[in-house]
Amino acid sequence: MTLEEVVKHVNGTVLTGEVSLTREVEYGFSSDLMSDVLTLLDDNILLITGLSNNQAVRTAEMSDIHQILFVRGKMPDKGMIQMAKEHGITLIATSYSMFRTSGILYNAGLPYIY
Amino acid sequence: MTYSYDVQAKNFTRAGAVSSEFKKELKKLNLPSALIKRIIIALYEGEVNVVAHSYGGSITCTISSESVIITIQDTGPGIPDIALAMKEGFSTASDEVREMGFGAGMGMANMKKNSDSLHITSAEGKETRIDLSFLLTFEEGT
Repeated sequence: MTLEEVVKHVNGTVLTGEVSLTREVEYGFSSDLMSDVLTLLDDNILLITGLSNNQAVRTAEMSDIHQILFVRGKMPDKGMIQMAKEHGITLIATSYSMFRTSGILYNAGLPYIY
Repeated sequence: MTYSYDVQAKNFTRAGAVSSEFKKELKKLNLPSALIKRIIIALYEGEVNVVAHSYGGSITCTISSESVIITIQDTGPGIPDIALAMKEGFSTASDEVREMGFGAGMGMANMKKNSDSLHITSAEGKETRIDLSFLLTFEEGT
């Protein structure tokens, strides 16, 4: 699924400026717990989270996750957006809940990891 | 080549800065991305542990032709029961740490999983030192 499709499905807003949304994501993983995200070794993951602080972006950077979808209307601050831009991480936000977001994307064909 | 970094206690704004810096150094080498990810995840877990649980410390990373050796050293307060600390799900994290998305009790186990060897020395009231090593494999054609 492309990021463009992700944005469309969840009525999302892209927060990291003019970025290419043609990148494909292979899996979705929903968690507010970065400890769990750090156990993933797969590539091309869309991280779906309600954790809106520096460590969400840092964890993505360390785990080679190139896209984060913030749910429940959580908005990253300017520092997080800047950090994401520096590391080529696309940030998207939606007002939908984590359950609703995950359900929509799963239904649309985005697989889970486990 | 050896890289040394200081890690401040309780500074969650900076937590991950060391791992980010060292990742840049590793990316200059022709290492498989999966290996870099293993090294960096273990390092980041260790860095977050120093920020979250210790009085502060330092991290030294040495790259040789055969391995990456990472030493994470803090100034206390020490781990009373190392076997318990290594157990998945065991955590002594504060609410502040949990608000940052950590404290699930996965960090130590994840460091062990991602490294080729992990050695830890600590005791209650003492410093904690963790030595991690990773054997290097290079991409074909190098």
